[in-house]
Amino acid sequence: MNPTFLRAFPWLFFVAAAVLPILGASDYQLLQLTLVVVYAIAVLGLNLVTGYNGQVSLGHGAFYAIGAYTTAILMDKWGIPYWATLPVSAVVCAGVGFLIGLPALRLGGMYLALTTFALAVATPQLLKYKLFEEYTGGVQGISLDKPEAPFGLPLNPDQWLYLFSLAIGGVIFLLASNMVGGRIGRALRAIRDQPTAAEAMGIDLASFKTRAFAVSACFTGVSGSLGAIAIQFVAPDAFGVPKSLDFFTGMVVGGGASIGGAVMGGIFIEFVPNIADELSRLFAQIAPGIEKLPPGAISGAILIAFMFLMPGGLASLLRVINRKRR
Amino acid sequence: MDGLIHQIVSGIASGGIYASVALALVMIYQATHHVNFAQGEMAMFSTYIALTLIQAGVPYWVAFIIVVPVSFLMGAVIQRVLMEPLAKAPVLASVGVFIGLLLVFNSIAGWIFTYTTKPFPTPFGEGKPLLNGFVSRHELGSTMITLVVLLSIWAFFRFTKLGLAMRAAAFNPVSSRLVGVPVDKMLALGWGLAAAIGAIAGMMVAPVVFLDPNMMAGVLLYAFAGALLGGITNPLGAVIGGFAVGIVENILGAYVVGTELKLSVALFIIVVVLVLKPAGLFGKTVVSRV
Repeated sequence: MNPTFLRAFPWLFFVAAAVLPILGASDYQLLQLTLVVVYAIAVLGLNLVTGYNGQVSLGHGAFYAIGAYTTAILMDKWGIPYWATLPVSAVVCAGVGFLIGLPALRLGGMYLALTTFALAVATPQLLKYKLFEEYTGGVQGISLDKPEAPFGLPLNPDQWLYLFSLAIGGVIFLLASNMVGGRIGRALRAIRDQPTAAEAMGIDLASFKTRAFAVSACFTGVSGSLGAIAIQFVAPDAFGVPKSLDFFTGMVVGGGASIGGAVMGGIFIEFVPNIADELSRLFAQIAPGIEKLPPGAISGAILIAFMFLMPGGLASLLRVINRKRR
Repeated sequence: MDGLIHQIVSGIASGGIYASVALALVMIYQATHHVNFAQGEMAMFSTYIALTLIQAGVPYWVAFIIVVPVSFLMGAVIQRVLMEPLAKAPVLASVGVFIGLLLVFNSIAGWIFTYTTKPFPTPFGEGKPLLNGFVSRHELGSTMITLVVLLSIWAFFRFTKLGLAMRAAAFNPVSSRLVGVPVDKMLALGWGLAAAIGAIAGMMVAPVVFLDPNMMAGVLLYAFAGALLGGITNPLGAVIGGFAVGIVENILGAYVVGTELKLSVALFIIVVVLVLKPAGLFGKTVVSRV
């Protein structure tokens, strides 16, 4: 393929993703696409730390929750406009990520996975905690209003929200791709593949790992904010283990250490329930009266299959196809 | 004071369950350096099989005796089919398979047995609490069963040739293979044992927390905390850690943080142990040559 096209491809994809749905998608489809963007950003955040840096996190749902709650509380209690909550939630999540990243340096592989898994299990309980109930709304959560398009733009709220999320997503993806394409990205990968050699080369492991964790938490937090605005509702039980494992599955299926893989991960997370529905319909024809097949069974089976057949995720498949065509 | 004693006693009862699951985790960790995130869901699934048998009219202890070997087989098969090929793969691959298993077991249980919470019978009778009302029949019975399980596992590893071979395979696979220990079979055996212990823990905890597909999430978390507290490289330490976590969790839940924050206690213990003493109380610090 010709290199100019390859370089221009992300931009063409971005413009097409912005224009086409506005012309033809229904409001519900627009919401689905907005959530694809949201999940893609979350997966990208996880990818920085797990894919590029090799630190397995099973608790990114917690950062997603912190971002979502920051936005919801700021909008609901202090009447701050939705767009102004994003920088706040970015800073809050980066801070929390940094603090959780600090012990993370001492813990290799399995220990970090275990700690973040515990974080994922405990998150809904912490969100329900009585002392914060005044702000978090306890079990009931917080409902939000859908933002209108500004400046009298001829767009309905769903169309506007989609474009808004896509713009934020575009900026974050650009930031991430610059980051991993340069010195920092090489350092992150060196730490993942050969920590001892990386340290000998003068890379400060502790500092890089912690900062990677902070940036990762920041991205996932912003995606949580966007998700809260899009769904117009936050409640503790939406941010439990399944959310964290969704991100993990999305990252593996899309492809670790790949920017494009994060987009595919976002698509996967959003549409897996639809695949499960279709399969349930198929099963219902064979054995009627059986319960609906839960999406978790599908993503779990796909996750295991990917670990065996395609550990590099969908992104590695694209890479192979690209190489063949050259 | 009576209240405190009561909390400690029920802490010991739940601690025994955490200790069993912690032991199951440590057995797999020692042999393969993998933390089995699906351990809890496997136990939950075994418990559902037990309930199905009991509802079909099978007496409790017969169901118990059927479920334990079935779970053993399930664990061994998972090791042979899924974990064996990934033995040398990076951490991400094994975590991925464990998470996949967790999702599959959880969803399939919900699919077959529905997500409604179900009561699970206790074999020890409902009756009045014993010993001045300090301990319920189920607490006493399940603690006894747990102790029997833990002691027989200890005796198995300490006094049988097979147990010695399993310890050798976990301790030094290369040398064991050279002296003729079938290391792969030993690993499968370890997985089977871990799954069987988990199944017993599941059947003992189900009457207390009630059976639903997410029943074991909390238990697994406390077992993690217990294993880390005692030292994930030391089975005896993990058992002691499990009991300690059970007691601490009950006392803190009753007097300090309230029941709503009990799970966060486990998270707190995990973080504190890893920050202050990553090897745990009885574990040895891992030194690796580079």
